[in-house]
Amino acid sequence: MTDPQPLAFLDEFRSPRHVRGQLKKLTTRQERRTRIMEVCGTHTMAVSRHGIRQAVPDWLTLISGPGCPVCVTANRDIDTFIEMAMLPGVIAATFGDMLKVPGTRFGLAEARSRGAQVQIVYSTLDALRLARENPDKNVIFFGVGFETTAPTVAAAIHEARLTGTNNFFVFSVHKLVPPALEALCRLPELAVDAFLCPGHVSAVIGPHAYQPLAEQHIPCVISGFEPLDIMHSLNMILDQLENGEAKVEVQYSRGVRAGGNPAALEMMDAVFQPCAAEWRGLGTIPGSGLTLREGFAAHDALQRFRVDASYSREPSGCICGAILTGSKLPTDCRLFADVCHPDHPVGPCMVSSEGTCAAYYHYEI
Amino acid sequence: MTNSSGKIQMAHGTGGRLTRDLVAAVFGKKFSNVILDRMDDAAMLELEGRFAFTTDGHVVSPIFFPGGDIGRLSITGTVNDLAMMGATPLYISAGFIIEEGMPLADLERLALSMREAAGEAGVQVVAGDTKVVEKGAADRIFVNTSGIGLIPPGVHISGAGARPGDVVILSGPIGDHGIAIISQRQGMDFDVEIKSDCAPLGGLVRRMLDASPRLNVLRDPTRGGLAASLNEIAAASRVSVEIDESRVPMRAAVRAACELLGLDPLMLANEGKLVAFVAAQDAGRVLEAMRGSPLGAEAAIIGNVLGAEDPHLPSGRPCVCARTVMGSRRIIQMPSGEHLPRIC
Repeated sequence: MTDPQPLAFLDEFRSPRHVRGQLKKLTTRQERRTRIMEVCGTHTMAVSRHGIRQAVPDWLTLISGPGCPVCVTANRDIDTFIEMAMLPGVIAATFGDMLKVPGTRFGLAEARSRGAQVQIVYSTLDALRLARENPDKNVIFFGVGFETTAPTVAAAIHEARLTGTNNFFVFSVHKLVPPALEALCRLPELAVDAFLCPGHVSAVIGPHAYQPLAEQHIPCVISGFEPLDIMHSLNMILDQLENGEAKVEVQYSRGVRAGGNPAALEMMDAVFQPCAAEWRGLGTIPGSGLTLREGFAAHDALQRFRVDASYSREPSGCICGAILTGSKLPTDCRLFADVCHPDHPVGPCMVSSEGTCAAYYHYEI
Repeated sequence: MTNSSGKIQMAHGTGGRLTRDLVAAVFGKKFSNVILDRMDDAAMLELEGRFAFTTDGHVVSPIFFPGGDIGRLSITGTVNDLAMMGATPLYISAGFIIEEGMPLADLERLALSMREAAGEAGVQVVAGDTKVVEKGAADRIFVNTSGIGLIPPGVHISGAGARPGDVVILSGPIGDHGIAIISQRQGMDFDVEIKSDCAPLGGLVRRMLDASPRLNVLRDPTRGGLAASLNEIAAASRVSVEIDESRVPMRAAVRAACELLGLDPLMLANEGKLVAFVAAQDAGRVLEAMRGSPLGAEAAIIGNVLGAEDPHLPSGRPCVCARTVMGSRRIIQMPSGEHLPRIC
């Protein structure tokens, strides 16, 4: 933090001169109706926060996809974790975003006010430390996230086993991005011309993971998160479309290497194995989730704590599912910004810091 | 003191001898002044004029943080609310709710930093109260302060005073207090060299009033940050406000911390900053006066006030918006939800 270099770097990527240069290049292109989906919630936020949607010409539509891990977590999983949090002797550890997300009966914030011990952590290792500091409690970490988060959770589980931290558990609802994109492409109502692919996830899984999409004639460009990155990536996509190409390109070359991050992938593979997972909006997708391998079963919250969340259902009137697949906009939802508001959310997309509804609410309406 | 444990006990709050000893040894000694020293049931003040009167509870966690503590904050928080009315802070009362078992040394340290802050702000602590609650019924110490300040003739500052054409001036970099607290919170292994900006703003406001008595709005962007202050002012004044994001002063480390943690710097708390709405013709003078004070050295013009119906507004209705790096506009919403509890 004392090193000024990375920050100067950040300024470069927000330089109005460079950003507007890319914008000019884009606006002087020949008009051609184009729909580009940004797959990552961080991209969604950046698009809204930097006013990119307003700045690009009308013929270019940017739509948001299922890239917010909190948002795609099914209500059944949220309710299950809340039930675990309500068990006596349990400390429920979670990233802050999940606190505000509503469950079928109530959310974690209310669970806390009803006496559950809910602790916000900023990394999985903090949750592991919590377990060591509270040997008389069972610490359950809510493992929500994509390939970016899963390796760090795997590392914590690995360390828990090594150090015999037997009161550390993970409820894994981790999800994998490529299977979801392939499932998206099979939706008849989805009409996207190209994907703006996530930077951080791709830094782990590598660009080749999107090859099947390119083979279905969908250009994929892996983008960084600054305004300049996004504008540059949009131009790269439009170049491909104009040239009739469909390939995987890396704009975020400062973060993404050809093979991804082998150490992270190895750790993830050592601890987790793929499983079917339920996605809000997309339903159950085979091989799109991660569950703990047999050797780590002692840390698997689902095996250790039996809870009943059979009452679980999706909130009525909420169209988060359709928003997550890009078929509807937040402003199409009759609950948006009125019945569903950050202070009294109906769906997770309104309160997650990467949620599409939150992005629209905070920056665009 | 007649207690060898060095910790606050329930008996310190019963009103008996231990209470008297504690009040005399800690608060009476540190805050001594003619009015307080009478130790009557209430302070007697001889006042004439127009006054601002305010109260503020302080529950910040942790109670000691880089750049300040709950004692300093309890003084600056209240005197700054007075200063935002253009008032010269005069008198403060302080009520302490202390958790049983709190080290006396900590209490002394807090009283000392209150005395220092009161000295900087030019106020006297003239009344007080001490209660002790059982362990677990409070988190070490909560401090409530109330304050009275004199509003000079001709000064009329209100959140409803913003007018189209006004210039928006910010007194310095935002977010220091918020990041200072976050970096200290449990669960955050986060090495940021950022200190809270916690400081009394009365002196800065006096300089600004000397430069122009026509300050339309003053607000200290504490909880909810600049985003909340601008939205409150826009709503109260029925105007729209536009700021240029790139002009908002911010330390590099605060920006980096926000990027890492996914926080919006516009929503981070400040405890020693103010935002002023000033008629355009006075803005240069006011800005210059601010920059002459250490607390306003990095002051900057960050935006201006539009009419409620300005055609450039993104939503077509009164709002606060920002010019982005793209040259487009985006909304700045009123912060909502549990952004960061117990920040002050």
